[in-house]
Amino acid sequence: FELLFHSRDSVKMAAGQQWVLVEMVQAFYEAPAYHLILEGILILWIIRLLFSKTYKLQERSDLTEKEKEELIEEWQPEPLVPLVSKDHPSLNYDVVTGPPSHRIIVNGKECINFASFNFLGLLDSERVKLKALSSLKKYGVGTCGPRGFYGTFDVHLELEERLAKFMRTEEAIIYSYGFATIASAIPAYSKRGDIVFVDEAACFSIQKGLQASRSFVKYFKHNDMEDLERLLKEQEIEDQKNPRKARVIRRFIVVEGLYINTADICPLPELVKLKYKYKVRIFLEESMSFGVLGEHGRGVTEHFGVNIDDIDLISANMENALASIGGFCCGRSFVIDHQRLSGQGYCFSASLPPMLASAAIEALNIMEEDPGIFRVLQDKCKHMHKALQGTPGLKTVGEPLTPALHLQLENSTGSRTNDLKLLRAIVDYSLDRQIALTLARYLDKEERFLPPPSIRVVVTVEQTQEEMEKAAQCIREAAVKILK
Amino acid sequence: MTQNSTSKLLNGDALHRTKQDKKAGGNGFVKNRCLFQQKRYRRPAEKNHHASCTLLYKKPFVESFEETPLLVAVLTYMGYGILTIFGYLRDFLRDWKFEKCHLAREREEQKDFVPLYQDFENFYTRNLYMRIRDNWNRPICSVPGAKMDLVERVTPDYNWTFEHTGNVLKDVINMGSYNYLGFAENTGTCADAASECTVKYGVGVSSTRQEIGNLDKHEELEKLVAGFLGVESSMAFGMGFATNSMNIPALTGKGCLILSDELNHASLVLGARLSGSTIRVFKHNNMQSLEKLLRDAIVHGQPRTHRPWKKILILVEGIYSMEGSIVRLPEVIALKKKYEAYLYLDEAHSIGALGPRGRGVVDYFGLDPSDVDIMMGTFTKSFGAAGGYIGGKKELIDYLRLHSHSAIHATSMSPPITQQIITSMKCIMGEDGTTLGQERLCQLSENTTYFRRRLHEMGFIIYGNNDSPVVPLMLYMPAKIGAFGREMLKRNIGTVVVGFPATPIIESRARFCVSAAHTREMLDKALNAISEVGDLLQLKYSRKNRHGSEGTDCFSFLESHQD
Repeated sequence: FELLFHSRDSVKMAAGQQWVLVEMVQAFYEAPAYHLILEGILILWIIRLLFSKTYKLQERSDLTEKEKEELIEEWQPEPLVPLVSKDHPSLNYDVVTGPPSHRIIVNGKECINFASFNFLGLLDSERVKLKALSSLKKYGVGTCGPRGFYGTFDVHLELEERLAKFMRTEEAIIYSYGFATIASAIPAYSKRGDIVFVDEAACFSIQKGLQASRSFVKYFKHNDMEDLERLLKEQEIEDQKNPRKARVIRRFIVVEGLYINTADICPLPELVKLKYKYKVRIFLEESMSFGVLGEHGRGVTEHFGVNIDDIDLISANMENALASIGGFCCGRSFVIDHQRLSGQGYCFSASLPPMLASAAIEALNIMEEDPGIFRVLQDKCKHMHKALQGTPGLKTVGEPLTPALHLQLENSTGSRTNDLKLLRAIVDYSLDRQIALTLARYLDKEERFLPPPSIRVVVTVEQTQEEMEKAAQCIREAAVKILK
Repeated sequence: MTQNSTSKLLNGDALHRTKQDKKAGGNGFVKNRCLFQQKRYRRPAEKNHHASCTLLYKKPFVESFEETPLLVAVLTYMGYGILTIFGYLRDFLRDWKFEKCHLAREREEQKDFVPLYQDFENFYTRNLYMRIRDNWNRPICSVPGAKMDLVERVTPDYNWTFEHTGNVLKDVINMGSYNYLGFAENTGTCADAASECTVKYGVGVSSTRQEIGNLDKHEELEKLVAGFLGVESSMAFGMGFATNSMNIPALTGKGCLILSDELNHASLVLGARLSGSTIRVFKHNNMQSLEKLLRDAIVHGQPRTHRPWKKILILVEGIYSMEGSIVRLPEVIALKKKYEAYLYLDEAHSIGALGPRGRGVVDYFGLDPSDVDIMMGTFTKSFGAAGGYIGGKKELIDYLRLHSHSAIHATSMSPPITQQIITSMKCIMGEDGTTLGQERLCQLSENTTYFRRRLHEMGFIIYGNNDSPVVPLMLYMPAKIGAFGREMLKRNIGTVVVGFPATPIIESRARFCVSAAHTREMLDKALNAISEVGDLLQLKYSRKNRHGSEGTDCFSFLESHQD
């Protein structure tokens, strides 16, 4: 009835629609009862839908405050660090009393040092000490600031210049920590989306640099150029599929000159060939080879006679051969200068204490004045390598030219812990007989490819023939006794 | 309202009234389950911080971040706009060889390689940084003490290259080095001890701590540091930056959550990233933001899987080196305890520089060091040496001895550096039998108060906490960065100026680091010069009431707190 009334109203208002409405009303009267009932139910249904609670596809479960409190109450974090057993073999470090020089006192026993990377014996050099002292008198100890903010000293600039000159490159940049050098240099260039081809045996700081760069990392088998070329070819095919993308992906090969973990030399000439063939840049880590290989100690480039300009970036630390602290990168200004604003370890860290920079300068002086020192070192390395051959139960890993050899077990016991125990027994045996050796240490869980346990034997120019013979003899005895 | 609120020291009465006020409003933490009320976030421009949880503080905690005046902000953006347009113009000219390009070029043989870095990345360096590059990397040729000697440089080609004239700028007052306690010295007990150590040990170590580079000196230092900090055990590392970036990955990993302050130092950020943990960032020193993240993290667990987090680590710094603010440690500790998170405190700038006994921010607030799980700090600043440490429970340090990347793969600390830290730390502790260390601490705190008060009175906008020896002075406009640095050097004062990207783009600033070695005369000379340059460059932006009475200030504080 009401409906009728309404329709009459609207009839008046909208004359144009009059006939339509009249027809509708007529149809309404004529419709059968069941139809009307059905429509009535439908209308009611619509109204119900309109007023009922909103229905969601996915039920949202908003937690009540109380539930949240319970969750917070319940949550138990893991302990900050897992407990370390008191008798963990590497928890108690060997203590060195006095200087870590050629004669070293380890755990109270005076020994001959076959463990520190003091290849050129510059740690004990009086000249270096005097230079450091005079620097200390002038500048004090610390720098109290990063390079940018009054932390650049004239000796830093001098050292950079000298390093560049020594390596015959355009420019060098120094870092205050050896580890941070390559670890900062890699992410300064290689960014997300770039590709880095890395040798499996690459040292830990390279691995950290790669991780920080967030680039795409492809490992090739250690020193296996065919494997590297396979990866490069794969990438080339990939590039052809998407040439547009390929034009912006930077590629790098990161290798070590002399591998600290395997004590062998990278095949640099082949790498340079691959570099130009596939247009990949080479970054070379020379911490172990700088001041060791080559006629003038310039490292692996000089060793192979490779043009140093063919290597995009060379990094090395000043903690081994130079026996100071810190590290440096060198190469063309186009490459190196970029690090002055984007090398994190350079920009955001306090600069190298000036006395350590001065010590490095003096060490460079000594290296330049007496290039014969490298010949001596190389001869001694060869000698030691030979002397250690045929040690029963132990195999000598590394090339004859390397100053830091590894002695690995010929037959592993099957468990790393037991292997380490055996090797440690050899080290202890030698320590008692005035030969200071050390185990090569790794972060077992973090290393990309964990090298087998080994004893490090380091050759320095200060060791005499007799001392080396004695050390080799001592290791042999220990091996016979302990490994049976 | 925001301008007047916090600059003056609040007396106890005012604090008391604030507290009552909050309770009356029914908005305090009595009713709310959160420790700190979840008020709406303040706009970043309005960064005025109040002592929101006054019960936790034993003394007034006053930090001010005055709002950027609107006109200044507009002009600053315009300045960058003009510089950018000119940059493009000059790049265009360089491209067409109208202007000589001084940039190092790629080698001919490698022209067809993928570019080593995008040219665009260097737009900022080439066109903005290069113009004012002479304000950074100024070479010094003396002790970086209260006064220093600078090597004079000239540039024939607008900062593309520098030449040393051979002259030395003598006795420049050093307001830039982090020499808080004045231990950057070349004479005195520290230098003597370091010399002796050099003669005995040499400078290098050539091995790692785990192999054969663990010297007796290092062990001595670690015992001393543990005693100094009041913790069970400690470990020292050769580089402060690496202490963060190489140890955080040993502590957390996948499935862990790191909550990091937005203004944390690059080393903390890198360490967090290397750890592989999930990282979430909370607003600078904003406890509401931190608490919200903590609650959400525990309630919701890990993303997608909703597994509970293995552990939550909060990363904060003691003094933030670019803001001069001090972490709200009492509140952070309260939160950490409530939500059972772990706390990593980086005291790079605060160790030695804060606290009545120089033991850093924990000492400053009079808290218990055992409430902080990981106490990290550096030796570069207050101790005038290099390196960093981590202190904490014995289990933590034992674990680090085995798993720290630094202990296994990095050469240990140089012996003379170690000696310098030992001697200077003993001096601060008074173990050398003198009160020299204590005097330095008092001097630093006195100098800080004086320097900050004077700058404030002059009408500069100064950021940070009233007790922080890091004093940022706002410059805002890009052209003023260069001008300020140069004008100050003309007046024989060395200052640090910082702009983008180290700061937000419109918040360029100069930064002064007050030292105990500064005498009142030096500070006065510096202050006069700053005032002069401030007038010249129109830097006295502050619209705060400079000499207003205490009463009105407290009143406005209350008002601003109610909204």
